[in-house]
Amino acid sequence: MTYQFALSPDVNLRDLSHWFVFNTRLQKLTGEPFHLTAYDDFADLHGAIERDAVDLIFANAADTALLVRERGFLPLASPTGVSDEALIAVSADGGLHALGDLAGTALTVAATDAPDVERICRILLEPVDLVGPAVQVTTKRNPVLVAKGVITGETTAGFFLAAAYRELSQTTRNLLRPIAESHIYVVRHSLLVGPRLAALREGLLAGLAQMLDSETDRALLNDLGAPTGWAPMSAEEADLMIDLMDTLKA
Amino acid sequence: MEDMKSSDLVGEGHPVVLRYHDGTSRQVLVTRHETPFPPGELIVSQTDLAGKIEMCNEAFIRMSGFKREELIGQPHHILRHPDMPAAAFADLWATVDAGGRWNGYVKNLRKDGGFYWVYATVIPKLRQGRMVGFTSVRREPSRAKVEAAEQLYESMRRAAPAEGGQG
Repeated sequence: MTYQFALSPDVNLRDLSHWFVFNTRLQKLTGEPFHLTAYDDFADLHGAIERDAVDLIFANAADTALLVRERGFLPLASPTGVSDEALIAVSADGGLHALGDLAGTALTVAATDAPDVERICRILLEPVDLVGPAVQVTTKRNPVLVAKGVITGETTAGFFLAAAYRELSQTTRNLLRPIAESHIYVVRHSLLVGPRLAALREGLLAGLAQMLDSETDRALLNDLGAPTGWAPMSAEEADLMIDLMDTLKA
Repeated sequence: MEDMKSSDLVGEGHPVVLRYHDGTSRQVLVTRHETPFPPGELIVSQTDLAGKIEMCNEAFIRMSGFKREELIGQPHHILRHPDMPAAAFADLWATVDAGGRWNGYVKNLRKDGGFYWVYATVIPKLRQGRMVGFTSVRREPSRAKVEAAEQLYESMRRAAPAEGGQG
């Protein structure tokens, strides 16, 4: 049987080809067949989860909560020392320099549909009393279009995964100004295994650990955004992250 | 818990005796120095069902002024500031003990006698469907909301000045 490997839509677009190489390496290292699907949007991914068509997934924290608490998935591993931080940026020439400059008026924002990023960015806005409907979010398909929305003045601010912001071109970043960034450290994308793969969890962990032994695999890990490899994720680590995301809900 | 030591104090403090829900009490020393919340960070801790600290993150340690080993195993009310009314904590514990989620503005006491304001959310820590403790996450509060909370808590303290609270 071929196991279905799902990639969360909020994984950086530039990394997709590396994930297909990773999928091939994982098959060789574990001897198990995987088929990788890189989902374009969360509706499609959640549809696949509903259809029970996901066995292995690289998921964001919000989906980790759903999969672990409601679907019987087990945490497997996450990139060592890498966390998902969020960032709010405005136009560099709009006269806005700090969060306080946004206070006192409704705020228009461009963002992808990544729920973790929006949730964390809304937390960043609370200290200046921008909450609930005072923050109007327009959804864009990817971080490049979020940046475009801010630069063209369609919206005042953009919500970004900090890592995705730093992947924007230097030219684009020169036209933007980050004014707030999270430093939460425990929110991260993680590999999770579904019930059909649970018995293979240890074998998968061994395969992931083996990737540090080869120079080629280390280069691949670097390209994936896991430069120092994969750290096994315990049930308690996953539960803490899920609790934390729960406390950040509106 | 031991009384606060004047040697830990930064600045001039005045003594206040706090009485807790469990019948214990201690003298704390309170200064007027506020430590601002670090932008973008979250203060995270977990306690057992009795409110004893089992886990805390680096931001918790830094903001409280304690060392990790001074915090683990201590009751969470080690951070209780005398300006916080007991009724606020009574509401917190009644809510989370019943499995609910509590949000509120809290003034916390530092080891050095100073304070810091947070917007706190406390939820039950559920493991394998069983409540085994509580998870608390504090984030940077709005100053307007802090000012409103200060006024509210002052009026609550005047209405019930001598009660204890778990904190």
